[in-house]
Amino acid sequence: MTEIRYLAPRTLEDAVSAFAAAQGAASGTARILAGGTDLLVQMRAGVVQPGTIIDIKKIEEVTAITEQPDGSFVIGAAVSGATLHDHPRFGKVWPGVLEAVNLIGSKQVQGRASPGGNLCNASPAGDSVPAMIAAGAVVTVQGPNGRRTLPVEKVPAGPGRTTLTPGEILVSFTLPARPAGSGDAYLRMIPRTEMDIAVVGCGVNLTMAGGKVTAARVGLGAVAPVPLLVEDAAKALIGSTLDEAALEAAAAACRAACNPINDKRGTIAYRTKVAGVLLKRTAAIAAERAGRK
Amino acid sequence: MNVITPTENKWIGARTVRPDGADKVTGRAAYAADTTMPGMIWGKVLRSPHAHAIIKSIDTSKAEALPGVKAVVTAKDIVDFPVDKSVMLGIQDMRWMCRNVMAREKALFHGHPIAAVAATTEATAAEACKLIEVEYEVLPHVIEIEDAIKPDAPILHDFLKHEGKPSNIAGTMVAKLGDIEQGFAEADVVIERTFRTRPVHQGYIEPQACTVSYAPDGRATIWSSSQGQFMVRAMTSLLTGVPQSNIRAIPAEIGGGFGAKTIIYLEPVALLLSKKSGRPVKMVMSRDEVMRATGPTSGSFSTVKIGAKKDGTIVAAQGTFYLQAGCLPGSPLRGPVGCSFAPYAIPHVLSVGYDVVSNRSKVAAYRAPGAPLGAYATECVLDELAEKLGIDPLELRHRNSAKTGMKAAYGATFNQVTFEETIEAIQNHEHYKSPLEKNPRPGIKRGRGVASGFWYNAGGESSAQVNLTEDGNVVVTTGHPDVGGSRASIANVTAELLGVEHDRVSVIIGDTASIGFSNLTGGSRVTFASAMVVTQSVEKVIGQLKERAAKIWKIDPEAVIYENGACRPAGPNAGQFPPLALKDLAAKANETGGPIGAGVQLNTQGADPGFATHVVDVEVDVDLGIVRVLRYTAAQDVGRALHPSYVEGQIQGGVVQGIGWALSEEYLYDRQGRLDNANFLDYRMPVCSDVPMIEAVVLEIPNPRHPQGVKGVGEAPIVPPLAAIANAVYDALGRRFYSLPMSPPKVTEVMDMKLAAE
Ligand SMILES: Cc1cc2nc3c(=O)[nH]c(=O)nc-3n(C[C@H](O)[C@H](O)[C@H](O)COP(=O)(O)OP(=O)(O)OC[C@H]3O[C@@H](n4cnc5c(N)ncnc54)[C@H](O)[C@@H]3O)c2cc1C
Repeated sequence: MTEIRYLAPRTLEDAVSAFAAAQGAASGTARILAGGTDLLVQMRAGVVQPGTIIDIKKIEEVTAITEQPDGSFVIGAAVSGATLHDHPRFGKVWPGVLEAVNLIGSKQVQGRASPGGNLCNASPAGDSVPAMIAAGAVVTVQGPNGRRTLPVEKVPAGPGRTTLTPGEILVSFTLPARPAGSGDAYLRMIPRTEMDIAVVGCGVNLTMAGGKVTAARVGLGAVAPVPLLVEDAAKALIGSTLDEAALEAAAAACRAACNPINDKRGTIAYRTKVAGVLLKRTAAIAAERAGRK
Repeated sequence: MNVITPTENKWIGARTVRPDGADKVTGRAAYAADTTMPGMIWGKVLRSPHAHAIIKSIDTSKAEALPGVKAVVTAKDIVDFPVDKSVMLGIQDMRWMCRNVMAREKALFHGHPIAAVAATTEATAAEACKLIEVEYEVLPHVIEIEDAIKPDAPILHDFLKHEGKPSNIAGTMVAKLGDIEQGFAEADVVIERTFRTRPVHQGYIEPQACTVSYAPDGRATIWSSSQGQFMVRAMTSLLTGVPQSNIRAIPAEIGGGFGAKTIIYLEPVALLLSKKSGRPVKMVMSRDEVMRATGPTSGSFSTVKIGAKKDGTIVAAQGTFYLQAGCLPGSPLRGPVGCSFAPYAIPHVLSVGYDVVSNRSKVAAYRAPGAPLGAYATECVLDELAEKLGIDPLELRHRNSAKTGMKAAYGATFNQVTFEETIEAIQNHEHYKSPLEKNPRPGIKRGRGVASGFWYNAGGESSAQVNLTEDGNVVVTTGHPDVGGSRASIANVTAELLGVEHDRVSVIIGDTASIGFSNLTGGSRVTFASAMVVTQSVEKVIGQLKERAAKIWKIDPEAVIYENGACRPAGPNAGQFPPLALKDLAAKANETGGPIGAGVQLNTQGADPGFATHVVDVEVDVDLGIVRVLRYTAAQDVGRALHPSYVEGQIQGGVVQGIGWALSEEYLYDRQGRLDNANFLDYRMPVCSDVPMIEAVVLEIPNPRHPQGVKGVGEAPIVPPLAAIANAVYDALGRRFYSLPMSPPKVTEVMDMKLAAE
């Protein structure tokens, strides 16, 4: 039986060098451990067999939530859903992102599961990712060659794959400051009411002024190999009063963006149809939260 | 045997704390996988990677050479039952059981056991399985019924013949009354529809598990979770050649079975591994193995045709039911063939079932085996018929209810029919009378549906022993694993009959060496049968108590009565003595003649069938195709609810499983014939938040042939939900669904087709 090395460094620098070294070593793969709600399940199922596990939860920056003076939020990659939920301000500013993160699993899972793990696990159906995309989140990544930032939608590369290079660790998400009249929302379709995986997930982020949409972003999950930023849907909404014609145009853009598979969780036809349905419903909630001003 | 009337009872009908409750909520209860022994090693099964293949050779030498491996078993080690000679154990044919436990000539489904290894660790055993070299000749496979009955279908077993030719139709069953042609000729309205249901798994939480220790003197002890330790003993004996007297099967607590644990998979394999290795061997299935390789119940393809007069009198009913058996014969034809039309007084009935094999895991019993899929077809056709005739659907059922003394198509003559009472209970229920807002919000539709159901129920063999302890308390031993609260019911009955406090009675389940033969916990029989043998045992104990009191008082035993937990002189003529309580007599047991206790073993008779009528409200999110159950009321005649909580629990549990069957559960196969959703994430059983509180309307119409009036409860409640929900969805959407589950993609597809057509 293979042995597993467990490391829990206190600094990012240590984590990155240990990660890079372990990935380079012949002893097999290394994995970052955040909440472990994907990693440990995959290990028990024999899907991954890492030689080294690097727990990042002892690193301050990766577990902190900071509201910056300019109103932007920096969320550590390994912050748990429960911690984010208990933050006094975050849910007021980003209710859609929070509801997406809090949809992950059950109470028990929430105590551990992180948005960073959700993103890096790179499931097409990860719940927090479309909401983060809609929010316009930018991630900070640190690797052997230093730090870089990139839009959240650039991280997933395909089912189970990311664009992170060897040794790189996701550090945090930065969500921009909110103009007045902003609101976001996330909805997912699951056949059951709980303990299920998104058949389609949809995040919408709107800013409204004078009854019109002045800014919009739309993220879709589970309808393609990676979660999508649907720019055409946003365009259809911007400038509109969210009238039926605009919503239908945005829904059509969402349907057109879909490139799903037929599988046990949903058919192509169903997923495509539902993407449009959810866009309309999510936009309505986001607009309500934006105050429809 | 007097029927006890409810008003006289202190314990029967009381919601006492269940004897196994504290252990279960504190995690102390010992399930099969909790057994460990010194020197114990682990068994693992190598399973077929193909849906259908000839096994040309198996080479286990590399596995045997792996350090830590102690034994390897293949089909060669299991007793063979040649295919040309049937050997039955209950309803199981050992020809099929031996091939199910370990593939012989062929691998018949993806996941079919090919060999098993025992090693010092689980991981070593798993690694050794990979070292077994099996040469397969892969054959074309067939999964669905419609494909399996095509003339050019791949044939699973060339020894199975239908109409003279090799066929995947392994057998048929017919139930008949009157003349079906004549019946339909008399009908004013005839409706005929075809329905499909998917295989669904019993979904018990506890995977199959066992530990078996085979001693050098040839005696084996089995710890396992099952619905019958005597079945475990008999089947293991047949498959290993170890005589029953040398096997002691000890039942563990069971984490659900729902019929599936009325057969075994692991015990004979573990016994043989233990025999070869000289070590106790433990085997525990993974969820994947449970879903992939233990029985679900049959998927089905059925056509039901019903004819009625304009006034709603049903004159003829015909059913054709094709059921998936899985890879070996034995689907529950008796369910749909016998139950579908049983609640109705129909003069002309023809009901035919076909047992169809295909490359799936062999089906196992599941709660009212086969009856729900038959009722789905029948009760949906009745709904259409009611609509066409302009008669309320419950009224239509009421008018056509079978009556006491009538003969059912399946052959029995009913002693007591209480179907009308269940219909009336729903008709008079506030749920059925209250209006339903059909369009509560844009995009949301609501509908209401009703359906009824029938299940045979059963008696059969049971044994019990009732002993008084020296300190004047009571220990009852029965031979039935307690799946649904039977210990709680037996404790209530014993406390009542002996007139003692409930907490002075302890009820335990004996192993095969400590209690007499008791048939399976299944068929809704255990509370009925064990209450009967316990009652008779208690009556004997009371007889002994009277004799002891008589001896002490030096009067005739006939002059002693037993009342409120004490012996008393029958009247002034018998003499003036202060009462002798059970406790006093137990303390004096030795001086008055020895220990006090008695056992009874019976083939119990007098089980009456169960009838149920349900009403359900559903809400459909039309654009997403999601159907949710808003409200559910289930009425059933239970005879007598010995412990109301577990009666309600049975009804609620049956309904929930029916909801899953109707809306979300199904076995999905890929093109290679591999099960694609062998886990609880993708095999979608309802979770708590998916179902409303289900109201059980418990009717107590005593069974005159049972001492407490008990009837079986556990199975009838899963029979109506499939149709009730389908009828409610029709009421909401104006569209009938002829196939289950009514999952979101299916609902939106049907609704989009409806839109396109309009
Ligand atoms: C019962 C249950 C229910 C679930 N329900 C849902 C659900 O409803 N919706 C949903 O989207 N998911 C669900 N999940 C999946 C899982 O909980 C989420 O994906 C969760 O967000 C993962 O976070 P984590 O912190 O536990 O990740 P981990 O398991 O720790 O990590 C996941 C992966 O990302 C990598 N990783 C983690 N952090 C970093 C980092 N900072 N830098 C680089 N790589 C990193 C890990 O190496 C690993 O490969 C469920 C899981 C379970 C067990």
